[in-house]
Amino acid sequence: MVPGGRAANTKEHVVRVALMVTCINDALYARTGQAVVTLLRRLGVDVAFPERQTCCAQPMVNTGYLTAAVPVVRNYVDTFADYDYVVTPSGSCAGSVRHQHDLVARRSGDPGLRRAVAETSPRTLELSEFLVDVLGVTDVGAYYPHTVTYHPTCHSLRMLGVGDRPRMLLENVRGLTLLDLPGAEECCGFGGTFAVKNADTSIAMGVDKARRVCDTGAEVLVAGDNSCLTHLGGVLTRQRAAVRTVHLAEILASTEEGRS
Amino acid sequence: MTGTFVGMPKFPVAAREALGDAQLRHNLAHATGTIRGKRLRLIDEVNASTPEGTAWEELRLAGAAVKERALLSLGDQLEQLEANLVANGATVHWARDAAEANAIVARVAKAHDVDEVVKVKSMVTQEIDLNEALEAEGIAAWETDLAELIVQLGGDLPSHILVPAIHRNRAEIRDIFLRRMGETGRPAPADLTDDPAILAGAAREHLREKFLRARMAVSGANFAIADTGTLVVVESEGNGRMCLTLPDVLVSVVGIEKVVPTWTELDPLLRLLPRSSTGERMNPYTSTWTGVTPGDGPQEVHVVLLDNGRTRALADETGRQALRCIRCSACLNVCPVYERTGGHAYGSVYPGPIGAILNPLLKGVGHDEQVDSLPYASSLCGACFEACPVRIDIPSVLVDQRAQVVDARRGGRPSGEELAMRAGAAALSDARRLALGERFAGVGIRLARRLPGLPGLRGWTSARDLPDPPTESFRAWWKRTDGGRRPDPTGEQR
Amino acid sequence: MSARDEILRKVRSAIAGTTPVTTPVQPPPGATAPDLVAHFAERVADYRAVVVRTDPGGLAAAVADSLPAGVRVVVPPGLGDLVPGAVIDAGLTAVELDAVDAVVTRCRVGIAETGTIVLDHEPDQGRRAITLVPDLHVCIVDAGQVVADVPDAFAHLDPRRPLTWISGPSATSDIELDRVEGVHGPRVLWVIVVEPAAPRPGEAAG
Repeated sequence: MVPGGRAANTKEHVVRVALMVTCINDALYARTGQAVVTLLRRLGVDVAFPERQTCCAQPMVNTGYLTAAVPVVRNYVDTFADYDYVVTPSGSCAGSVRHQHDLVARRSGDPGLRRAVAETSPRTLELSEFLVDVLGVTDVGAYYPHTVTYHPTCHSLRMLGVGDRPRMLLENVRGLTLLDLPGAEECCGFGGTFAVKNADTSIAMGVDKARRVCDTGAEVLVAGDNSCLTHLGGVLTRQRAAVRTVHLAEILASTEEGRS
Repeated sequence: MTGTFVGMPKFPVAAREALGDAQLRHNLAHATGTIRGKRLRLIDEVNASTPEGTAWEELRLAGAAVKERALLSLGDQLEQLEANLVANGATVHWARDAAEANAIVARVAKAHDVDEVVKVKSMVTQEIDLNEALEAEGIAAWETDLAELIVQLGGDLPSHILVPAIHRNRAEIRDIFLRRMGETGRPAPADLTDDPAILAGAAREHLREKFLRARMAVSGANFAIADTGTLVVVESEGNGRMCLTLPDVLVSVVGIEKVVPTWTELDPLLRLLPRSSTGERMNPYTSTWTGVTPGDGPQEVHVVLLDNGRTRALADETGRQALRCIRCSACLNVCPVYERTGGHAYGSVYPGPIGAILNPLLKGVGHDEQVDSLPYASSLCGACFEACPVRIDIPSVLVDQRAQVVDARRGGRPSGEELAMRAGAAALSDARRLALGERFAGVGIRLARRLPGLPGLRGWTSARDLPDPPTESFRAWWKRTDGGRRPDPTGEQR
Repeated sequence: MSARDEILRKVRSAIAGTTPVTTPVQPPPGATAPDLVAHFAERVADYRAVVVRTDPGGLAAAVADSLPAGVRVVVPPGLGDLVPGAVIDAGLTAVELDAVDAVVTRCRVGIAETGTIVLDHEPDQGRRAITLVPDLHVCIVDAGQVVADVPDAFAHLDPRRPLTWISGPSATSDIELDRVEGVHGPRVLWVIVVEPAAPRPGEAAG
C-alpha cells in the first residue's frame, strides 16, 4: 500500500514500486539493497525487483561515452516502464537518471527513447525522497544506538535537492545521536571516473573529508551513496580510523528486534 | 618577463605537483575560505530583502537571461555596438585571433611612438599574450593591478581570475618587491615589511610615476553596451581609473561575448558581479565611458573586438552558455579541486571549473592532450553551478565536453578505456551478462587486494583500501530467497 | 574577407536556428529601506569612508572640517565658492594634480543599499582626473539624490556621460585576501550628506 503520492491505491490500480538497486550495490553492497526491501516492506510497500535492471549508465556518461550509454538507458526505460515509482538507494544514480538520461536519449537521435525517458526519469526517486515525499513519513520506526555523522553527497544535495530529508529521517531514529559534520557540503572527492583519472586530487579531497569525519568523534559515517562511502571508507581504513561507513538505508532498516 | 602557459603538462600531472606544495594549499584554503564566507553572507542579505527570500535566484535568472539574449542576437548586437562606438568618436577594430589583436595594439602604440603602455587588469589580454607580443615590438607593458604586478615582477603565472597572485603569501610578495621593483622603476623602500598595507603602499609609489607619465593605456572591458556604445570596467584599486583617465590614448580589447544589449540590462549584472567575486555589495570603482569625452580623459579611443575561438564556442549548443561568464571567479572559490590544486594546474589564464570548460570550447578538443584533460578535472560535485551568478551549468558542459573529447579521439586504435567502456556497456545493457560478470566481482577484488600494484588500480589503492569482497550479489540473493520471502536456510543475510 | 565580415558571418552561422529574444530583460526590483539617508550613511561608513550628516546651513563648516589645515585643494569649476583658497580646475595636468592634496565635489546619485556615490562629471564634479589623483576626496551628497538600490540609480544616469561609481576608498584584497583601504585612488573618501534643515522631533531648537 502506498498512501498518497502520484497515484494512490484504488480498487482499479495498485501502485507499483520497483527497486533500482544500482550496479555497485548489486555487486558489492547487497546488504544495502536488502535493507531497502526490509524497510519498505515494514512501511507497507511491496517493492519489486525487476531482474532485467542493470545500471543507470552514469559511468559511461561521465567518462564521455554517450553512445555506449544508449543501450543501457534503453534497457533502463524498458525495465521500469510499468512502474509508478522507481526507488533507489543512491542520490547519484537517481541524479543520473533524472538529469543525464535525456542527454543520452538526445544523442541517440531516437524520439521514442526521448519520450520514454521523459516518462521514467521523473518517477525515479532517491530513497529519502520516496520516504518523505511519497510515503509522507519521517519516522520510519528505526532503532540504531550509535553516534552518527551525515555526509550529504553532492548529487543528492545539488543535483536532486534532497535537502533536509535524510537528516529528518535520521533525527527520528531512536537511540541515534546525530553529530554535525563541518564542511559537510563539500565533495568527498569520489566523482566516479575522477577518482581514477585524477587519483591524487581525489585522495587529497578524501583525506580532508576523512579528517573532519574523525574530528566529529562519531562511530559511524552515514551517506546515501555507497560509491562515496567506498571511497571514504577506503581512506578511513587505510588511516586505521575507527569510524565505520554505513548506508542510510541500513540505519533506517535497523530495529530494536533486529539489533544491528 | 611574464611566463606563458604554453607546453603545460596534463591536468593530473600538474595537479600532483601542486598537491605536494603545502604552502600553496594553505594559501589557497585560507583565501578561498574567506571569500566563500563573505559571498554567502551577502547572498543571505539579498534574500532577506524580500519576504519570499528568493531575490538572489531572481537576480541570477535575470543575469543569465541578459547574457543569453545578447548571445542569441550577437551579430546584430555587435553591429549596433560598433555603430554607437564610432558615432561617439571611437575607432573600432576586429580581430579574428590573438595575433591580429596584438598587431592592432602594437600598431596604435607605434603610431604614437610610445615604448611603454600601462595596463588595466584584463583576462583577455592575458589570453592573447599581449605583453609578450608588445615586448617583441620593443614596447613595455606595465601591469598595474597589485596582484598582476606581483605576478609580473615575479616572472610568474596568474593562478586565479580575480586574485592572480592568490598562490603567494605576504612574505613571498615582500621578497619579490624588494628584489625586482628596482629593475623596472622606483625601487621598494629598503625597510619594507610584509604588512599588506605597507606592501600596497610600495606598489602605489612604484606605479604612480608610471601612471603620471604614460601616454597610452590598454584595458579590457567587463561589459560593452550595444545600444549606447558604452564600455564598463569594474575594479577595486583605482589603477583602472588611472589607466582609463590619464593617458591620451586608450585601447580596449574586448571579447565579442562581453556585449550587453541595453544600458538598463547592465543593472542585474552590476548587482551580481561584486557580490559573487569579491563578496562586496559593490566594488570600490566602476568606470563607464562612451567613446571620447571632449576635454575629459583619453582623446583617442580604440576598441578591438576579438573572436579567438568565441564563435567556435557559440556554435556549441551545450557549451555556448560558457560565454555568459562574467569572470567573477565564484566557481573557483567554491571548487574543491581548485582549492587543492590551485590555478596553474589548469594551464591557462582561465583556471578552475569555468576554465575546464572554456579552454576546450575556445580551443577545440582532440589535438592537445592538456586541453583534453581539462573536462575531466572535476568530480562533478556541482558546487560551481550553484555559485555561478549567470547560472552556467558547468557540470553538464563538462560531461558534454568529455563526450566531445572521446568522439574526437575515436578513429585511431581504441584505447584501453574505450574497450573497457564498450565491454561495460555491453554487460550493462543485458542483465544476464551482468549477473555472469558479478560472479567474478569478488574474485576481482580479492585479486586486486593481493596485487595492489595492478595497473589501473594503482591510483585507487595508493591511499585507499578496497571494500570487503562480497559473498553474494543482490540479484543472486533475491533469486535464492525470492526477495527475502523464502526462509533463508543459512540464516544469514549477507 | 575582412576580419569584421568573417567574425560576423561565423557569429550568425553559430546561432542560426535559435530564436532571439527581442525585448529587454526586466530585472527584479532592488532592495528598499524605510530611511534611505540613514541606510546610505550606514552603508558608506561600512566601507570605512567617513560620513558626516549636516543641513544646508552647516555645509560650509562641514567642508572646512573635512580639510586638514594647510592642504592644497582643487575644486571643479561648477562647485561655487564653497572652499576658500581652492584652485579651480581648468585643465591641470596629471603631474600638477599629483601635487594637490584634496578635491571637493558634488555627485549625481547616491545608492543606499550599496553605499555608492556616482559621479557623472558634470561641472559640479569636474573631469575624472581631479577626483582620482588627489589623496582625499570630499563628496557632497544631497539627501534628495539618494536612491534605494542600483536599479533606481540607472533611471538617473545618462550613459553618454562618463560615469564613476565609487563605493568607499580604493581598496585591494590581493595580498592573502586581507582588505587594505587606499591604493591608487583617493585613500580617504569623506562623504557629506546634506539633509533639509527641518528640526527633528524632540530636538531642542538653536
